[in-house]
Amino acid sequence: MRPAFSVVLLTTLIGLGQGLFLALFTAQSYALFDLLPRQDLHTFYAYGSLLALAFLAAGLAASFFHLGRPERAWRSAAQWRSSWLSREVIVLPLFMAVVLVYGIAHWAGGGPALIVLPSGIGIDVTVLAGVLGTLLGFLLFVCTGMIYACLRFLPEWHSPLTVINYILLGGASGFTLASLFASVAAPGLSGFFGGWAIIITLLGATGRAASLLRNSRLAPRSVLQTAIGIKHPKIAQKSQGFTGESFNTREFFHGRSAALFSSVKWFFLAAAFVLPVALLAAALASTAAAHLLAAAFLVQYCGLLAERWFFFAQASHPQNLYYQTAS
Amino acid sequence: MTQLALVIDLNVCVGCQACVTSCKEWNTSGAAGTMSDERPYDADPSGTFFNRVQTFEVGEFPDTETVHFPKSCLHCEDPPCVPVCPTGASYKRPEDGIVLVDYDKCIGCKYCSWACPYGARELDEKQKVMKKCTLCVDRIYDAALPERDRRPACVMACPTSARLFGDIHDPSSAVSIAIRESGGYPLMPEWGTHPANHYLPRRKTRLRIHDDELERADNPLKIDSQLPKPAQSEPSLDDVTSW
Ligand code: SF4
Ligand code: SF4
Repeated sequence: MRPAFSVVLLTTLIGLGQGLFLALFTAQSYALFDLLPRQDLHTFYAYGSLLALAFLAAGLAASFFHLGRPERAWRSAAQWRSSWLSREVIVLPLFMAVVLVYGIAHWAGGGPALIVLPSGIGIDVTVLAGVLGTLLGFLLFVCTGMIYACLRFLPEWHSPLTVINYILLGGASGFTLASLFASVAAPGLSGFFGGWAIIITLLGATGRAASLLRNSRLAPRSVLQTAIGIKHPKIAQKSQGFTGESFNTREFFHGRSAALFSSVKWFFLAAAFVLPVALLAAALASTAAAHLLAAAFLVQYCGLLAERWFFFAQASHPQNLYYQTAS
Repeated sequence: MTQLALVIDLNVCVGCQACVTSCKEWNTSGAAGTMSDERPYDADPSGTFFNRVQTFEVGEFPDTETVHFPKSCLHCEDPPCVPVCPTGASYKRPEDGIVLVDYDKCIGCKYCSWACPYGARELDEKQKVMKKCTLCVDRIYDAALPERDRRPACVMACPTSARLFGDIHDPSSAVSIAIRESGGYPLMPEWGTHPANHYLPRRKTRLRIHDDELERADNPLKIDSQLPKPAQSEPSLDDVTSW
């Protein structure tokens, strides 16, 4: 497939926003159960939500560039019963709304406890919004992943690993960003986020390696023989029916050399996983951590852009069997 | 239930592209707007088509056969392109099984084209909506046309009658009989999309001629013998050369 830059941006940016929100609420939950020291961090959470919202909005904006008719985008919420794309279109704004509520509630200082658990822990609006946001955040990852994983014709995508990797890679970048943000705004939490960022990045590396391994062993289900229904072992296309190009030759071939294709793979393996883990580990050990964390975040985001490009480029569509020779 | 479809006979298709141009002519002139072309007279032309005729070489030189292969939307009975559409612009008509795109609803997200294994959908570069074969839905029901013209433009244009059109759910229709009796098959059956369009395979067409077909053995009225009898080596269509 030809990777569309708008979709590469959309999926990486909202993954970042989702991951950041999940990181924020993870820290809040830890503090709620006294697993982290309780501090007054309402402003940190409020600004953090704003940051998450900014990434989500940027992703949403990028998605419009993918549409031929963006002015009709509202129609795409119609088929949520059958289309994962439609479900994503609904869940993304819902999630953004909840992140906004979460941020505003923190900005307002959290408010009174609405429910008090038997253990004496007070549940206020921020916790409720946080729980709802966490559910929606995961749901959004599932929707985004399933858009690709549900297409059975693209065997490279048609696997639970696709969804798992969307969750892990979004989470990894979000926790890295949270660690960077905390190093400026709430230094006490930077190490907590950094530690989780390393763990999730390593999990992401495992998941992505597993999908690379799986994809390297796939055999195409359709061949020219089934495509045109002629059983002869030797068939060659002599003409695809036109001499120039068409939607079919543009949309479904990435058109880059095999050398570039495989260098993108090695680049993203280094930039999305190896380097960020090294930089995060160095940051945890050092005192001037902000620069290292900024480097980790930027390198990892570039790595994830490359990862997403590769994800699209690697999928080979059965329609390509019909478009082999121009003549 | 009705399922309209095309049955395409690969044994007689000569690859003349008449169906391609006829399809383009009819559908670009319709109410749905043009099927746009980009740089049509330049070195790298590109355009929207519902129907393409491709050519394949089967076998190894010198034992090869050239197969011309027309391809358009197959109006799958279980169309994977329909449920993925987020807007409902892509739909399958229950009354006749035609898969259509509502050009007023389509947002041009291209998701349906990813979900079609046959590459049957093309995004129109000018209108920015997804297009595909409609089985000429705007002409097959047009009561203003004479009955014999209520067929898709490609079917009307085919000089070798390689394209049959009809209801494959009606066991007595010409298309059902062709599928049943001439080995009609679907494309990429491995995906379970159940394409409505079928293809008829290439056949060996050898003519065997026996002596009694040149010289009538029964010759009931002894008429043949009254005519000047041609030599065995002469062309022998008896109504033409015998007198
Ligand atoms: S051929 Fe493609 S576009 Fe046509 S109905 Fe089947 S899946 Fe849909
Ligand atoms: S391109 Fe149009 S018809 Fe296709 S899935 Fe998107 S909205 Fe539906």
